[in-house]
Amino acid sequence: MIDPLFLLEAVVNGVLLGGVLALLSLGLNLIFGVIDIVWIAYVDLVMLCMYAVYFMYTVYHWNIWVAGVTSVMAGVALGVLVHLLIISPILSSPPINQLLATGGLLFFIQSFATLLWGTDHRSVRVNLPVLEVGGIFISFPRLIAFALSILAMLGLYLFLTRTFVGTAIRAVSQDRDATALMGANPLRLYLVTSAVGGAMAGIAGALLVIQYAVHPYFGGAFGPLTFMICVLGGLGSMFGAFVAAFIMSQVISVGGVLISTEMGYVVAFVIFIVLMFVRPGGIFAKRT
Amino acid sequence: MSWRRLAAALIIAFLAVEPFLPLGRMHEYLVHVIVQIFIWSFIGGAWSLMGRFGLVSLGHGAFLGVGAYATCLLWNFFGLTPWVGGLLAVLLTVALAVVIGYPCSRFQVVGHYFGLVTLAVSEVVRLLIIAERDWTGGSLGVSLKPAPSDSSVWALQFADKRVFYYVAMVLWLFGLWVWVRVDRSMASRAMEAIGEDETAAASVGIHVTRFKLGITVLSAGLTALGGAILVQYLAYANPDTMSGIGVSLRIVFAVVLGGMYSLLGPSVGTALTIALSEFLRIYFGIKLIGIAETIYGLVLILCIIFLPSGIFGSIRDSLRRRPVSQRIISA
Repeated sequence: MIDPLFLLEAVVNGVLLGGVLALLSLGLNLIFGVIDIVWIAYVDLVMLCMYAVYFMYTVYHWNIWVAGVTSVMAGVALGVLVHLLIISPILSSPPINQLLATGGLLFFIQSFATLLWGTDHRSVRVNLPVLEVGGIFISFPRLIAFALSILAMLGLYLFLTRTFVGTAIRAVSQDRDATALMGANPLRLYLVTSAVGGAMAGIAGALLVIQYAVHPYFGGAFGPLTFMICVLGGLGSMFGAFVAAFIMSQVISVGGVLISTEMGYVVAFVIFIVLMFVRPGGIFAKRT
Repeated sequence: MSWRRLAAALIIAFLAVEPFLPLGRMHEYLVHVIVQIFIWSFIGGAWSLMGRFGLVSLGHGAFLGVGAYATCLLWNFFGLTPWVGGLLAVLLTVALAVVIGYPCSRFQVVGHYFGLVTLAVSEVVRLLIIAERDWTGGSLGVSLKPAPSDSSVWALQFADKRVFYYVAMVLWLFGLWVWVRVDRSMASRAMEAIGEDETAAASVGIHVTRFKLGITVLSAGLTALGGAILVQYLAYANPDTMSGIGVSLRIVFAVVLGGMYSLLGPSVGTALTIALSEFLRIYFGIKLIGIAETIYGLVLILCIIFLPSGIFGSIRDSLRRRPVSQRIISA
């Protein structure tokens, strides 16, 4: 029998993981929902941002906050580059080609990172205490990452609902042609969306690198999970993705303690598959 | 068209005698590469059976993995001959395909969603293989237990690569034959209609679920067969080279690169991707780890941007020289 404290600790860790997963999937969901293209390589962009933090902080000894801002800027730059170089030439191609172009990007980024930095696992060590609350150990970096993810998501929410550009982005996700008729340029909005999505990748990268070691194949662990959360939540539904992230993270965290790490993921993916059959439009979609 | 038949006969005749041509010391390596091209072309062709009708599956890594691992483990643990083990592996994969395919078509999981569900399936298989490490050797992979004698028909293991060359070639030709049969069948018309618009297809009396499930089962079964042969040839299986999202993407890449709407597209694409990665691997050797894959990824992106209907498809299109007006209509 497993000690209930372990289980409770797994639940708490699951909540903390959920915050970061939610952030990851919100960035992807924004792009997915607005441009209607799956960036298979999204988490690999996050991985590059993680390297940016690692080099700024551990190698060049900059302040951790400066490193974090660099990561966000790197994310924006990567988002814009990916959009301009890869996505915009194939905007009108069949969906499979779009999927594969970003899949090619995945191979490219993974192996380019291997070429530049090797396959060593590198971690950023931030000296922070481990909290102990009633016999449960909570890592402080995770807590900070959780709090900052929630803040970032709040920021994204305010951006999308309270600003003119945000409103236009939501409009273009609903009807591309009608938005153009209203005088907004969809192509420019796509670029802004990619930049915002990239910024989310940068924030996520900075928050992930203080919890996990970075290596070129980092995207393999979180990538598929991130798409699944997006789809599970329902395309373009911020709230859905948010809830889905916490469901998946609980399953993975608790399943990991109860059975094994891999089986935690297996259970999460199987739940995803079954939910897709039951509710193809996401968990909060109305049945049609 | 007779010149086509002639060209096909010449190519097949050349491939049939190729292993016996005096091509020097490197020849065994060349045979090895061609065997891989045959098997992966077969698998790519199996994928394209679904892909050409708009069923973009990223789950073929799962089918391949189940086919390969089931064959290998049945032999290793129960001494079951691959002749039977392979058959069981195909049946197991078909069962998996039905379990996934039936609800997918029943609940109209299509497009991006279909891709992501099947992607989840291939990750589930990969993770299960890693998790069940007592049986499967986990991430280290598993070797096929050697047969008592060097060459054994019973164990389907042969010391001479040339035997596998012919096995793989027959497999490849079989895949092409299946493709042509499907292409000329009534089912092909029905599937095209379903790919365009499911509701409209159903309204003219096409049994959508039956056709979709049929093509899925066929495609998955053939992929598993390819996996079984592949593991017999390599005598080794690894979760990352036999299953998971990476393998699924590689299969799809090769097919799309070649062109998925033509008979030889998948083979051309597979031959090119394997030749490219082998060339890069040999050219760069162990210096600059990762550069081969970097160039590979770059070439794929460029091909998809500039040759959207695949290499073979683009060449064929330009050869046909259709009038401009017609090209616009079909685009």
